[in-house]
Amino acid sequence: MADNQRTNNLVKEVRRTPEGTVVALTGDVDLHHSPALHAALVEVAGERPRRMILNLADVPYIDSSGVGTFVEVFRRVSAYKGKMVFCGLSSRVKSVFEITKLDKFFIICDTEEQALKA
Amino acid sequence: MSDTSRIELNITSNARSLPVVRSAVERMARLEGFGDADAHALVLAIDEALANVIEHGYGGAADQPIGIVLASVRSTDGRLGIEVSVRDQGRQVDPDSIVGRDLGEVRPGGLGVHIIRSVMDEVEYRQGEGGGMLLRMVKYVGSGGSTTDRPTTLSGS
Repeated sequence: MADNQRTNNLVKEVRRTPEGTVVALTGDVDLHHSPALHAALVEVAGERPRRMILNLADVPYIDSSGVGTFVEVFRRVSAYKGKMVFCGLSSRVKSVFEITKLDKFFIICDTEEQALKA
Repeated sequence: MSDTSRIELNITSNARSLPVVRSAVERMARLEGFGDADAHALVLAIDEALANVIEHGYGGAADQPIGIVLASVRSTDGRLGIEVSVRDQGRQVDPDSIVGRDLGEVRPGGLGVHIIRSVMDEVEYRQGEGGGMLLRMVKYVGSGGSTTDRPTTLSGS
């Protein structure tokens, strides 16, 4: 996958750095978009980055299908001892992580810079 | 003149309809005086309810009917609220079997019902007359459901 390539409606950018691969998303992560997002993230995970950074700064909404997608990709990243780190969560997106208790499980940073060092 | 609002939405079971419903629900919640957190909670619960109907009630079929009714209500202590009814003609299940799962296991799936019960004040599933399911739920301003605090671990697939 080429850098900055738009792989589906939600993936705005894929940027590789020495610290890890940043995947910037945009739009609502819901039942309609989650299957395509899952496929895109699985492709990134297949490159086995040491960190997969999910920048959600442009994601205004997420539902349980989106959360489930992240959990499933997290399993793949954890399987090769990589890290999956989130950043840029809005209060609404963060509340869904809290309701599902995933805020206690995932690594969540305020900024992308922090995420690349997490 | 009544000071209550009532909105009816009839959609097909296509996930592409969900953003439209979310926008309508958000707008009504704001007009009824809901703040950002309460409006989001209501939107999320309805979205999860519709996703469950699409995925489980209709098995992913995108052309089946779903009726949504939103009506403004007041609690016994005078708080503003919105009552929501979601009616489908899909698979019937025992209402007592519709429960959220244990969040101690981190795994995909099964979170929708947990979210609904966490953010709504009243949740009631019933089998509909003539088939399908009826979900009635209420959200009041300045309230929230409760979730259990348990240690979270990664479960096997």
